[in-house]
Amino acid sequence: MSWWETLRSGLAAIRAHRLRSSLTVLGIVIGISSVVLTVGLGQGAQREVEEQIDALGSNLLIVSPGSSTDSSGMRGGFGSASTLTYADATALADAEAVPDVAAVAPTTSGSVALVNGDTNWTTSIVGTTTDWPDVRRRDLAAGRFFTIEEASAGAPVVVLGEDTASELFGRQSPVGRTLTADATRLTVIGVLSSSGASSTGTSEDDQAVVPVGTASRLTGNTSDNVATIYVEAASESTLTAAYQEVQALLANRHGVTTAEADFSIATQDSLVETANETNRTFTVLLGGVAGISLLVGGIGVMNIMLVSVTERIREIGLRKALGAAPRVIRRQFLVEASLLGLTGGIVGILVGVVGAQVLPHLIDQTVAISALATVAALATSLALGIGFGVYPASRAARLTPIDALRSE
Amino acid sequence: MSAIIELDGVRKTYGSGSVEFEALRGIDATVMAGEYVAVIGPSGSGKSTLMNLLGCLDVPSQGRYLLAGDDTSTLDETALAAIRNRRIGFVFQQFHLLPSMTALRNVELPLVYAGVARAERRDRAAAALERVGLAARLDHRPGELSGGQQQRVAVARALVTEPDLLLADEPTGNLDSRSTDDVLSLLDELHAAGRTIVLITHEHAVAARAERNLVIDDGLLTEDRRTADLLAVGVAER
Repeated sequence: MSWWETLRSGLAAIRAHRLRSSLTVLGIVIGISSVVLTVGLGQGAQREVEEQIDALGSNLLIVSPGSSTDSSGMRGGFGSASTLTYADATALADAEAVPDVAAVAPTTSGSVALVNGDTNWTTSIVGTTTDWPDVRRRDLAAGRFFTIEEASAGAPVVVLGEDTASELFGRQSPVGRTLTADATRLTVIGVLSSSGASSTGTSEDDQAVVPVGTASRLTGNTSDNVATIYVEAASESTLTAAYQEVQALLANRHGVTTAEADFSIATQDSLVETANETNRTFTVLLGGVAGISLLVGGIGVMNIMLVSVTERIREIGLRKALGAAPRVIRRQFLVEASLLGLTGGIVGILVGVVGAQVLPHLIDQTVAISALATVAALATSLALGIGFGVYPASRAARLTPIDALRSE
Repeated sequence: MSAIIELDGVRKTYGSGSVEFEALRGIDATVMAGEYVAVIGPSGSGKSTLMNLLGCLDVPSQGRYLLAGDDTSTLDETALAAIRNRRIGFVFQQFHLLPSMTALRNVELPLVYAGVARAERRDRAAAALERVGLAARLDHRPGELSGGQQQRVAVARALVTEPDLLLADEPTGNLDSRSTDDVLSLLDELHAAGRTIVLITHEHAVAARAERNLVIDDGLLTEDRRTADLLAVGVAER
């Protein structure tokens, strides 16, 4: 009996028991589609994080202050100390000491209420230097960024984030208009283009960027401290060299060794790594649950095949009497089980792909269907069919024709 | 004329140890090609066991069974399946047709296992159904046919491989008297056309249609008689 004949008779047997076959297939469908979807969710989240971090620039170093210890001995986390100064940033901008650094943007942060006539809006204020748009990879949608002269003079100028601009000015163009912050009047000279959501959770589109001197006047923080120094390496290949130069220079300036540094330097790679690790944990967890449902689906196939063997015991006896060798009977049941598994796999992948199109609209989360996961799911469903079909198939093949024919 | 069936001291034992049961206790018999033989005996006599051995559905515990000259006693399951497929045509009491298939597909089934190509299979199955008078019922499923018609489909299925031996196990056990006559007439015709037929039954009226009766009782062959002699005896007694 040829494979083609076996396939035809397998299809006929599945068609003859439509309800039972479709219930079995349903089990596999649920298993496969949940595997495809959970893996897709994990990979979608991973891709999203990578895109966000990529948008920040891949040759960026982020220098944060180290931890502080208060009088009672409580140690704060990284960034709680005020060990980075504007002078540190100026030293880093010196091309001779740190040749692999291309640009430096120190930032101070604070909060300020901006007023335009009878509209007001409280936003985060960023005090920085002229290199900030380059280092942070930000473009201007309108107007210009402040000049070196304005920066060093602490001129009363402000560049608004896209959301901040629309909150304060609506649809009107803000460039050239005047805002008040406390008693200070600020001239809007530019608007940033949208950057999308931030990897850190706060919106990069709701902020007001001003020169460092202006920021310290507005927030009343007159110290020389900065919150973060963004350092751009000359290229991605010199990132490691830049890292070491920045580390050595700052350790030297602060009079500490690199081992007991009172600052920390993060690279994009380390951020990507942390984010991916979190995503991987979730993917493994969800994938495990999905895998269990797949296993249950497979046991469903075995169950159905066993029922099928019992129910069709006389048919098996007859087929053997008419000349079907044990091998042929085994093959017939294996083909049937594989067909069930494969059908479940294909339908499951279709459901998964459709789900991947629908789900982002429901939960605001990207789902990336990976070809590898799809092929693996299909192979798994086929393996489930064959694996769980082996026992019922060999049971059917072992029946003696007389006993099978005589059974009621 | 050559022998189709040669039984030489055939014994069949079921179970083992203290629950051992000897269903056949040494049978010697020969059936020549073209003969029409009825195996007759009460239930429990061992005739079903004999039928299983003759049909190569089972192998003897002792003794030899030669089918058309070949010893089947030592064959494995796969080889026995091939023998059943090529050399034996079965007709069962319960018809044993597959309900989801048409009459034509049912008759094709042995040819599928014989590896016959599809077009030839259809032609031969259609011819066999025509031979049993069901040319108009090719596409009917068993549920749409009467008992007599179903048994004729089964006979067509038994004939389609042109087997050496047609083995009928109580073929009329589930039929009314009209259908019984119908099927027995068909067997008469096949016999007249030269088929070797072995029919297993417990009904004397059915056995009387064969030309030779083998009477089995308690696992032994107690009588081997020509029905013509039987009729002659009957005439003499009258």
